[in-house]
Amino acid sequence: MSLAEKYPQEVKEIFAKYPPEQKRSAVMPLLYLAQREEGYVTKEAMQDIADLIEIGVTEVAAIIGFYTLYHDEKAGKYRMQVCTDLPCALRGADEFLANLCDNLGIQVGETTPDGLVTLEEVKCLAGCDKAPMFQLQSGEGIEYHENMTVDKTLELIEALHKGDKEVS
Amino acid sequence: MAKQVTLTIDEKTVTVPAGTLVVDAAKMAGIDIPVFCYHPKMEPVGMCRMCLVEIGRPAIDRATGKPVLNEDGTPQVRFFPKLETACTNPVSEGMVVKTTTEKVQEGCKDILEFLLTSHPLDCPVCDKGGECPLQNLTLAHGPTGSRFLFDEKHHAAKHIPLGDLIYLDRERCIQCGRCIRFQSEIVGEPVLGFSERGRNTEIVTCTDPGFDSIFSGNTTDICPVGALTTANFRFGARPWELKSAASICGECPVGCNVTFNTRREVKSGGEIVIKRVMPRQNEQVNEIWICDKGRFAHHHAQDNARLGKPQVRKDGKLHSAPWKAALALAAEKLGAAKKDAVVLASGRLSNEDLFNLKQLADGLGGKALLYSGMGGGDLTTQFGVGQGTNFADMGAGTAILVVASDLYTQAPIWWLRVKQATDRGATLIVANPGETRLDKFATHVLHYAAGDETKTLAAQEITKAFAEAENAVVLFGSDGLDLNGSQSLAQSCADLLRKNGHVGKPNNGLIGVWKNANDQGARELGFRPVEKLAAALKGKTVYLVAADPADDEAKLADALKGADFVIVQEIVSTETAKMADVVLPAQAFTECEGTFTSGERRVQRFHPALPPHGESRPDHVITAQIAGQIGIDLEGGPAALVFERIAATVAGFDGLTYDKLAEVSEQWPIVGREDLYYGGTSYENTQGLGVQLAPAARRDA
Amino acid sequence: MAYVLLRHRDIPDIDRIDVYKKNGGFEAFEKAVAAMQPGEVTEVVKASGLRGRGGAGFPTGMKWAFMDKNNWPHYVVANADESEPGTFKDREIMERNPFQFLEGVAIASYAVGANAAYVYLRGEFWQVARFLDEKIAEMEKAGFLGDKLFGTEYSLRIYTHLGAGAYICGEETALLESMEGKRGQPRVRPPFPPSYGLYGKPTVVNNVETLANVPFIVANGADAYRKYGTEKSPGVKVFSLSGNVNKPGNYELPLGATFRELIFEHGGGIPDGRKIKAIMPAGASSSLIIANDKALDTPMDYESVPDVGAQLGSASVIVVDDSVDMDWLINKTIEFFKHESCGKCTPCREGTYWMAHLTERIHSGEATMQDVDLLNDVARQIQGKTLCALGEFSTMAVVTAIERFPEDFEKRLASGDKHG
Ligand SMILES: Cc1cc2nc3c(=O)[nH]c(=O)nc-3n(C[C@H](O)[C@H](O)[C@H](O)COP(=O)(O)O)c2cc1C
Ligand code: SF4
Ligand code: FES
Repeated sequence: MSLAEKYPQEVKEIFAKYPPEQKRSAVMPLLYLAQREEGYVTKEAMQDIADLIEIGVTEVAAIIGFYTLYHDEKAGKYRMQVCTDLPCALRGADEFLANLCDNLGIQVGETTPDGLVTLEEVKCLAGCDKAPMFQLQSGEGIEYHENMTVDKTLELIEALHKGDKEVS
Repeated sequence: MAKQVTLTIDEKTVTVPAGTLVVDAAKMAGIDIPVFCYHPKMEPVGMCRMCLVEIGRPAIDRATGKPVLNEDGTPQVRFFPKLETACTNPVSEGMVVKTTTEKVQEGCKDILEFLLTSHPLDCPVCDKGGECPLQNLTLAHGPTGSRFLFDEKHHAAKHIPLGDLIYLDRERCIQCGRCIRFQSEIVGEPVLGFSERGRNTEIVTCTDPGFDSIFSGNTTDICPVGALTTANFRFGARPWELKSAASICGECPVGCNVTFNTRREVKSGGEIVIKRVMPRQNEQVNEIWICDKGRFAHHHAQDNARLGKPQVRKDGKLHSAPWKAALALAAEKLGAAKKDAVVLASGRLSNEDLFNLKQLADGLGGKALLYSGMGGGDLTTQFGVGQGTNFADMGAGTAILVVASDLYTQAPIWWLRVKQATDRGATLIVANPGETRLDKFATHVLHYAAGDETKTLAAQEITKAFAEAENAVVLFGSDGLDLNGSQSLAQSCADLLRKNGHVGKPNNGLIGVWKNANDQGARELGFRPVEKLAAALKGKTVYLVAADPADDEAKLADALKGADFVIVQEIVSTETAKMADVVLPAQAFTECEGTFTSGERRVQRFHPALPPHGESRPDHVITAQIAGQIGIDLEGGPAALVFERIAATVAGFDGLTYDKLAEVSEQWPIVGREDLYYGGTSYENTQGLGVQLAPAARRDA
Repeated sequence: MAYVLLRHRDIPDIDRIDVYKKNGGFEAFEKAVAAMQPGEVTEVVKASGLRGRGGAGFPTGMKWAFMDKNNWPHYVVANADESEPGTFKDREIMERNPFQFLEGVAIASYAVGANAAYVYLRGEFWQVARFLDEKIAEMEKAGFLGDKLFGTEYSLRIYTHLGAGAYICGEETALLESMEGKRGQPRVRPPFPPSYGLYGKPTVVNNVETLANVPFIVANGADAYRKYGTEKSPGVKVFSLSGNVNKPGNYELPLGATFRELIFEHGGGIPDGRKIKAIMPAGASSSLIIANDKALDTPMDYESVPDVGAQLGSASVIVVDDSVDMDWLINKTIEFFKHESCGKCTPCREGTYWMAHLTERIHSGEATMQDVDLLNDVARQIQGKTLCALGEFSTMAVVTAIERFPEDFEKRLASGDKHG
């Protein structure tokens, strides 16, 4: 099923934001929509979007490639993106990430064996005063977790595992 | 005329139209500013930063709005503290540009060094080696040794096929984006893109098939390094080993100016072969582009079995024979046939070849038939586009109708130029039985059922557009139509143009989307197709030149069997040639000289690129030799002399000479000189821009 | 002193429309639309001396006055991309005091004749965008957005638009490209957005904080605003304080407050009894200031910070203590810029990549003094040649670290220490 068939209301609302002759502006919100289910943009969705806004599929791929929050490959259900940029690093983000890796038994870029969490390192998220911090990207949404410790993070993952926690 | 602006570049005073970019103004003044991302055919993007120069502007007093003067009364010039890009800054009155100062040279060296940190400098094995701007600039200004550690060089994939025709070497790519912009801005087929960002930026294509565009080869010309190369030329030869010959593309009626690059090759048994086909600038015809058909088709031509010796049928079989005997037999049969002689020739032949053939047929009292299924030739001679027609001048105020033709496959460069006219605001109407790739650029798309094409021309969209337009052009084809059908379609098109006064002047008139390069020329010279060709051949002495009906239609093969005598003049052994009584080996147009008349009725010369194959002779010479034996006097010498006779006899050609056709005037943008970074590797046209014929409607007026 | 921008710290629940209204909310917008000509609004903002809070400090009223009046429609775009490392002020304003920001957008739109305004948020602010969408809907319901506002012919709609993870989209022309559905790469300037902006139409791009100042100015007049701050840098500023301080966070202070006041009075000083070593007043793009007494007593305004060799920029003050080595620090900043370079122009694309190799090598203790010199050369070679300011930004910490903290580099070469 195409994106427009699956989410007719959402697609309509997205297009309503922009002047009718500026369909291309809808590409970014449409890409988020395309990530809602799988957490990444499938080949079919890329073509769907290209057709919807009347640009080439290569142009859609070029946009996905430019922005870090769009993905064209499947990863864990949650992408745990820890900021280790300068301000966070001054407040121990590097150590936090290293400890987290040890506890989870995976390296940055890897996914927990149950396919739940992919651990990633990212640049500044505008949460510098509340380091260590990370964001959880899942489906279409993103959620911040600030002033974190390794223990609190492990608890969070446990909750995600049990399914009593959804990214809002 | 645009307002003129005077500025100084490196002490030189230059006057150019307002709005000209500094880089172009310098070029006009003979000063080359190195560029990589800038290309004179595209919008500037200011990305590569190679063109950094010092720019000063007259200081203006804020309070009075008047220029600030030095003590000696000259205007005070203030230089911007930073270097500025010559490719994005338009000229302004009193501007002072410096391109040779130490600061500029430092800047140039710095940018080059940055480019080279990621570039492999594998010039010795690169196809672009020898005609690479990056290589040349590196030799001229580059740092002597790299301060960048070799181990840390950015490595990326090499030799990735972007499709069947083009290879990408990601390591060599300098991210100038010319190829991407060419496809999206000029062609309107955005099949290339940048993926990722920063140092990871790379060219990608996601279409299936890859690099899905018939203009793909042009990106290899404008790529300023060896990142994009053609699949067939890769490792084919070094540019400096190649010889060049100016020619005209033989693939369609557009008449693109090309240069054949040749080389003697061991692989081909020591023969000289065409290694590549390059565009040659003619801003009125193809600008600096050609399509992939024209660029890559020569390969197939070379593969086929060429005829090297005359043949004569004896005991039911063809045997090699000396020229003398073959010519004598042909002359004997034709001479005897008189009014029962039929010449059947195609628009693959030059004007000179066709002229002699027509003279022979006329001298015998026989028929000269054009091997073509498309009508309307009389109308294009009458109402063809006026002298001075150039698609580049068409934009707002021009209506263009494309009917019964898929220009994209049949005449790609016209497709491109029509598309660009729509970018400039032209009204485009595309009327076809089905969808075509031009539809998405059209103002109106009309689809009609077979047989309704003429009726469709009465559609309100068309009549209104043609009535309102200042200029109007119709390109008609014959998709789904027979001879009569296309003749009546052409008639309706001509009526539409005439009724609205769109004939006999520049950028107005009728263009036939013929099959062959010189179909228009054949019509100018009096050749016409016939409806019942099979009947016309039956029992006749048929002299077929550059025509292969036996392969095209079984009915025609049968008709030839029923002919009295069959003479075939060809370059390769065709099905028709196999049925002949006499076979005369002709030279390919790549081996001789002559002229073609394009669909826009521009007469253009081509020159020999290859030595003649075997004993083959030019078509016009063979015809003259046959005619001579019958007592008909034709010119059998150089093609130029035949052309003199054409000029003396054929209406519209009067006053033309080979010298006139060879005239050139300065074209803009200037390409193909030393600075290949500017326009790319398209060849400069030093051999002639050709001459556009006046339509009869004009001559009669 | 009552807060001008961070009013939620004084007034609980100001993110509720009734509370906002009760505290004078939308009165400035109504005053502007119902009682003032657009040009008058611009004049008040001009007179207030408000300068852009996004980093460049350009006078806001002047920018609005530049809008090309021969080309319509006009647009207003709020820059909520906030991606400079160390900057987190716009987020707090939008999360906690959203109506004041949106009212600022509305007034700016009226002043330049825009009927549509967009808030471009960095993609990570997904929740903030959802929240703003709700607030915008509430404003529509309450009649502060939509057609025929306050009984006039003026109509306005505000939309949010999410980026997707690219620092460069904070640069205003890259932001506009991104809004148009393209790769977020900067355009050649000129033309500037007020003549050629979104969809090629005249556009005002202003930072979130800049716009959040506007309701106060229109409600209370330019003079009231000028009571804060200095002569040339009037008004208040939200300083994002981060790094090695006891109490990181946002602090709203008048422009001209000193670094010492911010770091020691409000920020509670340096943890663990360590000493302050350096200050980066404008995030990762900043020059490194040696944190001596002179620097600490420097007023934080647009004119004074250059005296100690830096720029105020977005006023994201990163504090660096004496446990930090500069080779480590610049390795961090260069990693950031390498990652965020859009790749459009050569010196930034190649230069950040090259510098990253050098800083990595230097930090790992494998480098010689020549490598440090080379790093300095490469940085200087980038300067003045890039298409947008990002490339320039990437060099600031590098050249000032080498110039102002040479001992850190010498030490690294000698010790061979592999860890920071
Ligand atoms: C690399 C780069 C990143 C920027 N990031 C931001 C940003 O995140 N937020 C912002 O408001 N301005 C940012 N700017 C500044 C904007 O280009 C622009 O000057 C600003 O939005 C104008 O608003 P103002 O006049 O209200 O400050 C950035 C500039 C550059 C060169
Ligand atoms: S300076 Fe960097 S970010 Fe700016 S245009 Fe150049 S490559 Fe892009
Ligand atoms: S920046 Fe001017 S030619 Fe590339």
